[in-house]
Amino acid sequence: MDDSQPRLVFETTPEGQCAVLHGRWTAAHLAEPVHWAALQRVLNQPQPMAGACQWDLRALQHLDHSGAQLLWNAWGRRWPPSVQYRDGQRAILERVARFSVAPPPTRRTTAWGLLLQLGSGVFGAADHAVGALRLLGQLLLDLVQLLRAPAKGPWRDISGHLYRIGATALPITALVGFLIGVVLAYLMSQQLRQFGADAFIVNILGLSLIRELGPVLAAILIAGRSGSAITAQIGVMRVTEELDAMRVMGIAQGFRLVMPRAIAMAVAMPLLTVWTTLAALLGGMLASDVAMGLSPAYFVTALPKAVNIANLWLAMGKSAVFGVMIALIGCHYGLRVQPNTQSLGEGTTASVVTSITMVILVDALFAVLFKDVGL
Amino acid sequence: MNVVEVRKLWSVFRTDGVEACIHQDLDLTIAQGELLSIVGGSGSGKTVLLRQILGLEMPARGSVTVLGHPASELGQVGAASRVGMLFQQGALFSAFTVLENIAFPLRELQSLPEALVRDIAMVKLQMVGLDPSHAHKMPADLSGGMVKRVALARALVMDPPLLLLDEPTAGLDPDRSDAFCALLSSLHRELGLTVVMVTHDLDTIFQISTRVAVVADKRVIVAAPPQEVIAFPHPFVREFFLGGRGQRAQELLHPQPNKG
Repeated sequence: MDDSQPRLVFETTPEGQCAVLHGRWTAAHLAEPVHWAALQRVLNQPQPMAGACQWDLRALQHLDHSGAQLLWNAWGRRWPPSVQYRDGQRAILERVARFSVAPPPTRRTTAWGLLLQLGSGVFGAADHAVGALRLLGQLLLDLVQLLRAPAKGPWRDISGHLYRIGATALPITALVGFLIGVVLAYLMSQQLRQFGADAFIVNILGLSLIRELGPVLAAILIAGRSGSAITAQIGVMRVTEELDAMRVMGIAQGFRLVMPRAIAMAVAMPLLTVWTTLAALLGGMLASDVAMGLSPAYFVTALPKAVNIANLWLAMGKSAVFGVMIALIGCHYGLRVQPNTQSLGEGTTASVVTSITMVILVDALFAVLFKDVGL
Repeated sequence: MNVVEVRKLWSVFRTDGVEACIHQDLDLTIAQGELLSIVGGSGSGKTVLLRQILGLEMPARGSVTVLGHPASELGQVGAASRVGMLFQQGALFSAFTVLENIAFPLRELQSLPEALVRDIAMVKLQMVGLDPSHAHKMPADLSGGMVKRVALARALVMDPPLLLLDEPTAGLDPDRSDAFCALLSSLHRELGLTVVMVTHDLDTIFQISTRVAVVADKRVIVAAPPQEVIAFPHPFVREFFLGGRGQRAQELLHPQPNKG
């Protein structure tokens, strides 16, 4: 047994029972599982604990606040009739005695509290809707201002965002699109071969990729990649008080932060959609060649006959809408970030989840509205 | 016994291929029970020195020994029982409440019962002068002074023998800064702590430190009690201590009875 182990020994002296403390009663030593278990065994014995027993702390090597707290709790939070200690130990014990209070109760959830929570949830949702509407209105006003005085527009910001949102996203969108095309083509080829309808792979791939999967895939990737970046950028500006600095200098946040991102997204998204769709078609074409022996030449000639060109315009049109939506949602959550880091994380998560959900919802809306176009 | 020994320390940073040497052959010894202030101009490497003592930076040359062990071995399990650090911004965990923040190092040991850990944390919370009602607040809801107090309570929760402070009074109003100094001074006295702090605040330096180390010219040019440091012939010392602000703060050193 090593010397520094915190121990409690009961001795019988002529004056009666005496509890003698040995070793180092510090947090680090007490927390050793072996020491703690041994000490617990002694403390839990049905001894004449605090009552008739004398306590001797003078043999202790060291006593810190954790050890003193353990002792104070063992004494039932009151001074035993007879304690012998050194001066330093007395100060620590007295401090523990003075400050030992139960922590204030945490708030319990009651039915009333739940009702209030529901209410604040509803108001919060309404607040979000109003905020988003205001942001959209401000964007329209800013666009009018830009059309009136194009020379004063934040063109440098727009081109910067265009590069960051569009150009740097090319590799990842191409990779994902290509792989989705390959997977789809393999799956379809298995099914179509059962019916001997091999040639229809061009129709299925062409229509699904150009009309639906291309735009949605690109939008989801960009929502995850650039939507989160927009929220984080603007949120960090809030945390570091850059937004306040802009306001003090009289620079309009909508015109300089929101509009450039929205314009860049509106331009970049349709282009990225075409790019993703092309990569997916390439993947599908190669996979059809390998899996079914359908030559690329046939694929390319059959594609324009199978898919109406209106589908491409529809896809690009809805991509532009997705782009503006992702930018606005990103800015919306970014501007609502509170000046603390936790709120920044929450805002970014909420932004990505909301934009992906909205992309899929709006895509469904487009599918219903334009069901007669290009089919 | 020496708590901290810095021998021939070289700190070198490399940015864009350019090497910047912060410390050259820096020596510093801190004995047990001292309350040492590290002062120096902006960019003289005070905080880097503190980070070297904590083992957060690696010395390019030389050695840093803390409590008999190399500083690089400090960040191991149970480090909270050896060294407490108060970061400049508090560095409270934003996802935890005040009480959870203070109890965190103890709870990480995973052997003390929850009730005992909570009691210990509550005592520390009040020791730094906070009301028990703040226990369940989140760090984001606290004022700057309260953040520093909570961070101090967290640094002290395992009663480490060595406490390091980075600009403890920066960002506090004079009243709170005085109260914080009084708190530090009393903890230093009662717990027998060794305290090392980086500070610009002349009042703090003269009020509570037992020794002052001046970092200039990439090394510690003098480490002595405040009165001796003032007399040290060096341009930085003259400017820092004997300028207008320094003169006023020095009155704290020789309190005149008629001024109270």
